[in-house]
This record gives sequence, structure tokens and C-alpha cells, in this order.
Amino acid sequence: MTDAQRNALKLAMPWLVTIAMFAIWELACIAFNIQEIVLPRPSRIFAVSVERWSILLDFCLQTLWTTAIGFGLAIIGGVLIGLAIGASPFVYSGLYPLLIAFNAIPKVAIVPILMIWLGVGAAPAIITAFVISFFPIVVNVATGLATIEPEMRDVMRSLGASNYEILTKVGIPRAMPYLFASLKVAITLAFIGSVISETVGGNRGIGFLMLSAGARNDTATTFAGLFAIAIMGVLMYALCAWVEKRMTGWAFRGELVG
Amino acid sequence: MAGTESAVAPLVEMSGVSLAYGRGKEQTLALADATMNIAQGEFIAVVGPSGCGKSTLMKLVTGLLPATSGTVKVHGEVVKRPIKGVGMAFQNATLMPWRTTRDNILLPLEVVEPHKRRFRANRGEYVERVEKLLASVGLGGFGDKYPWQLSGGMQQRSNLCRALVHEPEILMLDEPFGALDAFTREELWGVLQKLWMERRFTCVLVTHDLREAVYLADTVYVMSKRPGRVILKREIELPRPRTLEDTFKPGFVDIVHDLRDRIHKEHA
Ligand SMILES: Nc1ncnc2c1ncn2[C@@H]1O[C@H](COP(=O)(O)OP(=O)(O)O)[C@@H](O)[C@H]1O
Ligand SMILES: [Mg+2]
Repeated sequence: MTDAQRNALKLAMPWLVTIAMFAIWELACIAFNIQEIVLPRPSRIFAVSVERWSILLDFCLQTLWTTAIGFGLAIIGGVLIGLAIGASPFVYSGLYPLLIAFNAIPKVAIVPILMIWLGVGAAPAIITAFVISFFPIVVNVATGLATIEPEMRDVMRSLGASNYEILTKVGIPRAMPYLFASLKVAITLAFIGSVISETVGGNRGIGFLMLSAGARNDTATTFAGLFAIAIMGVLMYALCAWVEKRMTGWAFRGELVG
Repeated sequence: MAGTESAVAPLVEMSGVSLAYGRGKEQTLALADATMNIAQGEFIAVVGPSGCGKSTLMKLVTGLLPATSGTVKVHGEVVKRPIKGVGMAFQNATLMPWRTTRDNILLPLEVVEPHKRRFRANRGEYVERVEKLLASVGLGGFGDKYPWQLSGGMQQRSNLCRALVHEPEILMLDEPFGALDAFTREELWGVLQKLWMERRFTCVLVTHDLREAVYLADTVYVMSKRPGRVILKREIELPRPRTLEDTFKPGFVDIVHDLRDRIHKEHA
């Protein structure tokens, strides 16, 4: 095999594996005569997706924008709290234990409370997405700041730099790759958050679609919803990974030299 | 009080300086009773075994650490916070990987007054200064490169440039060549000597290489094992500029041997 062929194969691998997986699934359903209500064949799921694509798209967009708003808020909140925790030992010792305790709460448990406060609709989904995705951002940003080399700090301090200057000239650029790395994780979590909220008590969105289809024994539509979430998740992850590469190329190469 | 009795007061005066890290039972004495004077424009080297408090000594002189006892004075004033007009370079070059070499070297000018105030308006002038400095250490044309694109020796040259670009009065070097191979290290001795002879800043070089100390310094201070004490002060009166050939000549070799003997006796 030439290098070009190897590379082409490497790029094709995820698609090949996906296709193989669907083929095995399809064949297994036929071979074992599995009922559609238990596990629909992939071809049925695609057919249903095409058939009902306008409502799928509509509900996907609903989920996408609640997720995006929750995620955006998580970035803002996560960066601010992460910077505060990373920059100040007092904020760190005050907030960090609380954050860990809060992160340990299963987020599905707060959805009913949010619904009591905010009613059914987009607001609980946005807040759940926010709450579930901001923790990794906080931790990563704080880690980026906390791991500034002591020598770098000494160089800055001996130049007479203020804490603010150390933060803006060293801390924030250094925390950037940590931030972008956390976004990939956080966007996936944000999706989980909004879908959980829609499932527990929503009236729109892909989570709601799956729940109501499930209640009607329309398993194929439920699976179509599942695929839609997976596709959105992969696309958003890819977007975050691309932004990460663009913004912090130095961090990938810098490691090699140390 | 010092001003009246001697014509030139030393730039840095340390008297009976000790430093202990931690507190209570955990306390470790890193530096004990250090007394030394450094004259304006003098090049001193501090040698001693690892962990004897050399880096601690540097942090005390620059005011990054407060002394546990004793006093450090610079320009006759007791040092209480980080002093102005210092350049520092460490063994690891700590260049910022997100900045080009040029922008790394511009950093002190963005932070230190009076440059900070005029930086935006006069960027061109400062960039020119950086280019000249880069050329003088043999890095002409490398300004656009990122640190990871430079070899270890080139990174250390850039590090020296960053430490000197704001024309500090005192240059602090903490084992700056410790991680380099012997050839590169000896090349950089020459670079540093040249910069010093042109600019005559006061320089404190921490090293564990006796040849390096004797090659570069006017005065070599030898420290004992932890807790570090100054056990020997030796003036090096070899003419300058010193060359690598000189380091193999009897006058030079004798001094190195002599220092080594004294250190071995002390540690035996
Ligand atoms: N921040 C610190 N906290 C506690 N102990 C320290 C700290 N920094 C240095 N030490 C201790 O002080 C001693 C002197 O350290 P240092 O000045 O770095 O030595 P050197 O530079 O000569 O190798 C060492 O034994 C080291 O373990
Ligand atoms: Mg040291």
C-alpha cells in the first residue's frame, strides 16, 4: 500500500465501520426475525426519518438552540469562575468544595425543581444544559492557570508585573488550550442535559419527540431521534475540535519541545 | 551611612541573610547567614551543590522572597518587594509558546516602565531594538520563529535577550546553560561575556560548573551543602575577553583545581 492509500483508508475507516455496523444490525434483525417494536431495522429508521423529516428537523433545531444557549452560558460562567478559582487561592478554597459537591448531584434530579420554578418549556432545558456542562470548563480553565510554571511567574514578578498583568499576559493565553479542550467534552454534556430535561418534562425538542414516540410504541421514530442526537453531537464536537485546532495550534506543537 | 565612608557603595549588600521555608516543625533552613556585597557592574558567580540554596539566594536579592532574618539592600535601600530593573533567566527558557521569539522578547517592554507607557506608540522602534539584540546573539532573522521551532541553545539565547531587552541594572541567571550540551554551553559563555562587556550590567550567575564560573565571573562565591553558607570568596583576575583556549591554560586550570580542592575538603 502506498502512503496515499493508507491515508485514504484511514479517513474512510469511520464510515466503513459505521456501514458495517448497520449491515450487521440489518441482517441480524432479518435473521432472528426481530419485531420492529423491539428493535427496528436501520433501513426502517432511515425510511421513517425521511418520512417525518420536517418534524425531526424542527425538533432538532429546538434542541440545538436550547443546547447552544446553555452551552454559551456555560462558557461564560465557566471561564469567569475558572479564572477566579485559578487566580485566587481564597476563591479556590471557598468555591471548589461546593462545586465538587454540586457536580456530584445527578442533574436529572434538578429538572423537576426547575420545572416547578420555570414551568414546562425551553428554560429548564437551557438551564440543565448549562448546569451539566459548565463544570468541566471551570476545572480546565482553573487547571490552566494553576499550572503556570513558577519560573514564568518569577520572571513576570521581577519585571514588576501586577497580578492582573500576569493573568492577562500569561494566565489567560495559557488557559486557552485547556478551555478549548474542555469545550469538546462540555458540548456533549450540554446535549445530554437538554435532552434529559426534554425527556423528563418538555413539550418540544428531540427528547420530547422520542418520549412521545415511545409512548405510542413508535420505536422507529424513537431511534430516528436517537440518531439525530448522535449526528448533532458529532457535528458540534467536530466544530469544537476544529476551533480548538485553529486557536491553539501552538499547544499541540509546543508539547514536543517541552 | 555607607555613602560617607566609601566612594562607591556596593549595589547589593547582603548581611547575615537566612531563609527558612515552611514554618513550625516542617521548617527547612535553605540559606544560612549569607553575607556578600556586589559592586555595580560586577559579574559574580555562585557555585555550590544542588539544593544548597543558590536559587533561594537569587530570589532574596530580587525581592521575590522576604528574608527570614538579616537584610538585603539594593542601592542602600532595604528590599521588601520585587525590585525594579532586574532581568532573570532560568535553566528552562520559559518562553511563551504562543508568542513568536520577537514577541517573547518584547514582553518586558510591555510591562516595565517607562517602556510600557510608550510601547503602543513606539512599537517599531522597540521591534528594531529586539532585532539588533537578536542579531548580536547570533539569532538574526529568527524573530518570526516560535520557541518550539528553535533548538535548546537558540531558546536560551532568546531567553538572554528577553532578560536584557529592557536594559536592567541587574541580570540574574539561574543555571541558564545547565540543560545544554557542552559545545553549545561554551558557545553561550562567549555570547554572555560579549553582552556583559558591551553593557556592563551587574550579573549574578548561579551555576554548578566551576569552569563556567571562572570563565565568566569577576568573583566566585562557593557555597556549602544545605543549609547553604558562603564558604569561600575568590576573585578571578584573568584578563578579558577570556577565550575558550584560555580555559586550558595553566593560569585558568590552576584556579579551577584550587576551587575544586577547597570544595572537596569542605564536603569531606
Ligand atoms: N518553595 C519551597 N518550599 C520548601 N522548600 C524549598 C522551596 N524551595 C526550595 N526549597 C528547599 O530549599 C533548599 C534550597 O533550594 P534552592 O535554593 O532551590 O537550591 P539550589 O538552587 O541551590 O539547588 C532545598 O533543599 C529545597 O528543597
Ligand atoms: Mg536552583
